[in-house]
Parts: sequence; C-alpha cells; structure tokens
Amino acid sequence: MKIDVVICGVGGQGVLLASEVLGALAIEKGLDVKKSEIHGMAQRGGSVFSHVRIAEKVFSPVIPQGTAGYMLAFEELEVLRYAHFLSQKAKVFINKQRINPMTVLSGEAVYPEDPVGMMSRHFEVKSVDALRLAKEAGNVRAVNMVMLGVLSACLPWSEDDWFKAMEMVFPARLLDVNKKAFTLGRTVL
Amino acid sequence: MKRFLSGNEAVARGAWEAGLKYASSYPGTPSTEILQSLARFPEVQAEWAPNEKVALESAIGASFAGLRAMASMKHVGLNVAADPFMTLAYTGVNAGLVVAVADDPGLYSSQNEQDTRRYAVAARVLALEPSDSQEALAFTKDAFFLSERFDIPVLLRLVTRISHSKGVVEIGDRVEPMQKEEVRDPAKWVMLPAYAKIRHTNLLERFKKLKDFVESKEADAFLVEDLQDTKVGFITSGICYQYVKEAFPEASVFKLGIINPLPFERIRRFASKVDVLYVVEELDPVLEEQLKAQGIDVIGKEVFPEYGEFSPDVVRSCVDKSYKPKAVYFTDIPTRPPTLCPGCPHRGVFVALRKLGVTVFGDIGCYTLGALPPLSSIHSCVCMGAGVSMVHGANKAGHKKSVAIIGDSTFLHSGVTSLMNIVYNRSSSTVIIMDNGTTAMTGKQPHPGTGVTAKGEKTVKLSIEEVVRGVGVERVRVVDPYNVKETYEVIKEELEIDEPSVVITRRPCTLIAERLGKTYTVDKDKCIACGACLKVGCMALSMNGNASIDELLCFGCGVCAHVCPVDAIVEVVNEN
Repeated sequence: MKIDVVICGVGGQGVLLASEVLGALAIEKGLDVKKSEIHGMAQRGGSVFSHVRIAEKVFSPVIPQGTAGYMLAFEELEVLRYAHFLSQKAKVFINKQRINPMTVLSGEAVYPEDPVGMMSRHFEVKSVDALRLAKEAGNVRAVNMVMLGVLSACLPWSEDDWFKAMEMVFPARLLDVNKKAFTLGRTVL
Repeated sequence: MKRFLSGNEAVARGAWEAGLKYASSYPGTPSTEILQSLARFPEVQAEWAPNEKVALESAIGASFAGLRAMASMKHVGLNVAADPFMTLAYTGVNAGLVVAVADDPGLYSSQNEQDTRRYAVAARVLALEPSDSQEALAFTKDAFFLSERFDIPVLLRLVTRISHSKGVVEIGDRVEPMQKEEVRDPAKWVMLPAYAKIRHTNLLERFKKLKDFVESKEADAFLVEDLQDTKVGFITSGICYQYVKEAFPEASVFKLGIINPLPFERIRRFASKVDVLYVVEELDPVLEEQLKAQGIDVIGKEVFPEYGEFSPDVVRSCVDKSYKPKAVYFTDIPTRPPTLCPGCPHRGVFVALRKLGVTVFGDIGCYTLGALPPLSSIHSCVCMGAGVSMVHGANKAGHKKSVAIIGDSTFLHSGVTSLMNIVYNRSSSTVIIMDNGTTAMTGKQPHPGTGVTAKGEKTVKLSIEEVVRGVGVERVRVVDPYNVKETYEVIKEELEIDEPSVVITRRPCTLIAERLGKTYTVDKDKCIACGACLKVGCMALSMNGNASIDELLCFGCGVCAHVCPVDAIVEVVNEN
C-alpha cells in the first residue's frame, strides 16, 4: 500500500487538522506514516499545504514531484500551486471556494479564470461545494472534514475507522458536527 | 506504545524520558514547540526566557546545580546565546545539558539561513542530528547521558523539515536521575584567563575522547552504514538521509547521527567500498570541507546547492542531470504572501507612518510584514533589537526623519539595551513599541510583559512604561493604534522634539483579543471606488465595482474608515 496525499488551502481552513486525522488513522492501522507542513510566518493568511504519506515504510516526509496519488484542495487557486506534486493518474478533489490573496485584492495579480478547468485537462478532477455541506452539517469551519470525507470514499477504510481517528484528534464537543460533515462528504459523489 | 509526533514534540518527549527537570527557551520558528511541549509535563520546569542568551545561561545554572537541563532556540537564537555557548564548551557541565537548535533552510520564517553546524565545529562540542521523529526522541534522550559522560554540552541540530514533520514514534518511560551534587570547582567554572587557558586544553582532550568514541562500537547506533549497490555511495545526515533513500533506494548510504566530531576512519572505510561518493548536506559544505581536508574523495557542492531546502527531487536531479520529474507545472499563479490579520493593531501604525513618510527601522515579528505591499512601510529588518540601535546610528548620521518600530516581546528580548544607548549617547530618536500583549508571530507565547508564565501560571507583570522611564526616557506616550489620527499626531509631535521619545501603541493582538461587537460596511452611494481603503492591506476588503467588506473577516478595527476620503465606510453594531 502507498498513499500519498497533498492537502492544500489557505491559513485558517483547517489543512493541518485534516492531515492530522489521516495520520492518526494510519497509525491505528499499523502503517508507517509521515506528514510534513510549514508553520510560522507562512500561516498568516498565506498558502498552507500538508503532505501525508502512508506506506509500509515511509522515508521522505516530502512527496517527490509527479508522484502523489491524491489532492485535497480547500481553495481553487491553491490547486495550481501544488499540482506539480501529482502523478498523472492522481485524483483531485477541489472545494468550490475562492479566497482572493492580497496580491489579487490590491490589483497586482489576477485570479485565474478557471483553475478547475485547468486541472481537468491533466487530472481526474471532482469539484465539491464543501462550504455548503459544512453549513449543512452545522459549522462553516468543517470544510476540512467534508473534503476528508470525499477522499475517504476512495480509500480502503470504513467510516468507523475514520470516526475513531477523528475521536483522537477532535475535542468531544466538536466531534458530532465534524462527523456529520465527514459523512456528507463521504457520500456526496 | 506508538504516537504520531513532530520532531519538536519528539525532542520534548526524549528530554522528558531522560529525566529533564529544567528547560528554558525563547520562541522562534521552527523551534517553538519544543518548549511548548515540555511545558505540558508536570515534572519539567519549563520557562520562556526574555531571550536565548538568558535561556541558555539559566540552563547552565540548572546543570551546575545538578539537574538535567535544556535550552531550545532557532538558529539565529544561537547567535544571541553564542557568548555563553562558546565558553560552556570550556567549562563543560555538571548534570547533562542539551542545546536544541533548529535551522531554517529555505527561510520559511527567518531572516537568514545560517548553518548551526558551524557553531558545533567552532565550539568543539558533541553534535547530534536526527533524521526523523523517532531519532529525535532517541538522540535527545541519549544526549543527556553523553553530555554527562564527556562533560560537554550536546548540540542537537534540527531543521524545519524535521521539527515540523510528524512520524510514528515508539515512546518510552521516564528515568528519574538523582540531583547531582554541586561541585565547587573554580578551575572548571570560573573562566578567568588563567583557568580558561587550562580548560581550553582540557576541552581539546575531551574532544579527543569524543573522536575516539565516534570510531568505537559504542557509537554504532548513531552511525549507520547501509551497504547495497556499491557503484554509488552517499554520506549524509538528518533530513537529507530521507531524501537520499527516496531518490536512490538501491544506493549505499552512510548516515551520520553524530555530526561533530566526524568518524573519519569509518567514513574512509565506507568510501573505499563504493566507486563514487556523494556528500549530501543542506546549506554549508560543513561535512564536505572536513572530509576533503582528510583526503577523502567526495562530490558535494560541485553538484548540490549551498542554499535553500533540499527535497527528493533536488537530490535526484543534482546527481542525475538527465532526471526530470513527470509533473504538471502551472506558472504565473498569483502569490499568496502572509499578511497582517484583519484587525491587527499594527496596521494603524503603518498607515500613520506611511502618511508621515519617515524612514522606518523595523524589527523581527508579525510587523515585519508591514514591509510588503500595499503597506510598504518598513525600510530595514536585520535582527531582534536592531531597529532601535539603527535609528540611533541613523540619527547620529544626521537622518532625523526616522523612527524605530519594535514589538513588546522583541523589545524585552533585545530592545532595552538599544534604548539605553539612545538615552546615554543623546540622540533624539523616536522608538515606537507596538505592544500587542503577546509574542504573536510564533503563536501567542507569553513574555515578561504579560504576567503569565509558559506553564500558564500568574506572575509579576512587567510594565513597559516603567522600563522605558527606567533607562532614562522622559517622553513616553501611549496611544491606541485603532485611532489612526491620534497615532499620527503623536508620532509627528515626537519626531519634532529634540530628545529621545517612546510611543507605545497598545492594543491586544487579534489572536488574544475578544471581538469588538461591531464591523464596518461600505455605503455604496458614497463610495467613489478610489481604492484608498485597499491600501491598508486588509483581507476583509476588496473592490467589486465599489469597495466591499467581508463581514465574516472584518474585525471592526475601523482603520479603513480612517483612510476613506469620502467617509463611505461606516460602522455596523452587531446585536450579540
């Protein structure tokens, strides 16, 4: 088994928490897992990514370019920034949400017209309105668990396995809403 | 039992398992979480010091008094602590002492990418470098025992990609060492020239013992020779080991867990077994220079860069020039640089400074982001405290239209002595202390001005005003930076006055402040779409025909309303 996932988005969207759940699940299953991300200055509303690698034995916490099998993108522009990590057979799941970076707000740069279309020319892409589903689950911040639910449908583990991992990561008071968001994502496609 | 730990968390765990009792640090990415994790162990007295020098000296004191101690910091923090560090190698330790230092190849959150291994070589201390979280735990634990055995501080070298990557870690139990006797031994601890001279030769003897140790069987766990295909061999350490294994799984690899002193005889034997030998190290050619000086034939910076962060792709493409990953690259993607948060109290100060058109000597913290467009309000950033010293020098050079800005945590770290210099040497400099009540950039750690300790306990709350008056500044003004007009007026007045002055702009960081119960909105009939509000650099503002404000993001600071020339931005009081 070899599962390499790139998770990306914007600071505050819960990228790091999503990768934490995936990591907890892999450990439960007795697999080796590494994840890599950048904290600090990069998180002040900047671009955020996390690599999660699951296998019998993982060396580099950073995924080599052109090899990742999955991408979870919480924001449309960010898919383009990290596309070079993906293999040609990668499955890409994109949240239909656009957050303008400061460079676009200040008129220095232009937001690409159709990032999803650009990706679709190269990869198998599914676009999901995760913000709507997160609202439906009861919390706009649960976009990350909706997206993780979407990914979970292509991975071998049961919903109960995922719930157990979520229990290890989330405080009890946030569990219900996040499980609900996860289930909505898992069944949306 | 298995845990999913970052390198930093694993260092903390390893130190705890080794019976650590005292730890001190100053926050700095990527090292911050070491002390944060240690603060959660009840057995460890974990403290935020005002700066890294104080942190290391306090750890030395704890070691002297017989308790295992650790200081942790980022690479540039060791510059601040370099003075005690270099002499600590002479004195040695009593109880085990570990200095954990995290480098930042690729400058994700730093002002330079210096290589800490140079310090290990210069000081002649034992240095270990883990290649994943499991080794981070094991090496940290071992480091305390080695420190005591060889009477030497151990430098644990980390990099961002080790500190902030998580991996599966088998955890162990804590040993509870007895407190060692304090030994009053002036010849060991009083570094007068006469004693230091002797301690220097003693250090060379201790270092010789370390050289013997790294060649002995006892060091096998740290120095792993993995002989496979002998056509190509690699010598490497730390995170680069993982990149080599990823890029060349069939190759022979010698992994160095000890990076100072180097086991030259082991490496020579390994070199003789392979046809071509590469040395893979990020940043400086520290290993390479030493190996070449030993007459060991290696290829290093001839093919690998001396800057930036490596990756499996960097390693592979440097060795195999024909390698190109099969990947899709999109170019011309708008960048998404970090920005000041909506409601950030620094923003109002920058808007005022931009209007004044003064030169701004900046410093290290979130406010360094004020250098980026559209605020573009900072004109220098060298190191912590430098702005306050530089404004004095500039003032002496006749440059009167200038101010220094510095954060509260940074001021207490390194600004106080610089301010003393302004008073003592009589410049009329104006220093702005942007007091947001926390160490914001690294994740809202407390400091002496907050009245809270690293463990979350209450303590004496230092008054910045009193410190400033204490060093002799008579003109001290406090303003609310949300009031841009007043901030502007006060700084303008202080600039005109021919004596030292300090303006404290005080508002809590939005990460620790409560929401204000109001937001702002744009009166579309009044808005003339001039874009003045966009120039405050707030993520809540955008231009869609008219200016518009995202009410979810708006914190309610009102700085944009201050700059609107037609008063089109109006307050909305929220009901709850």
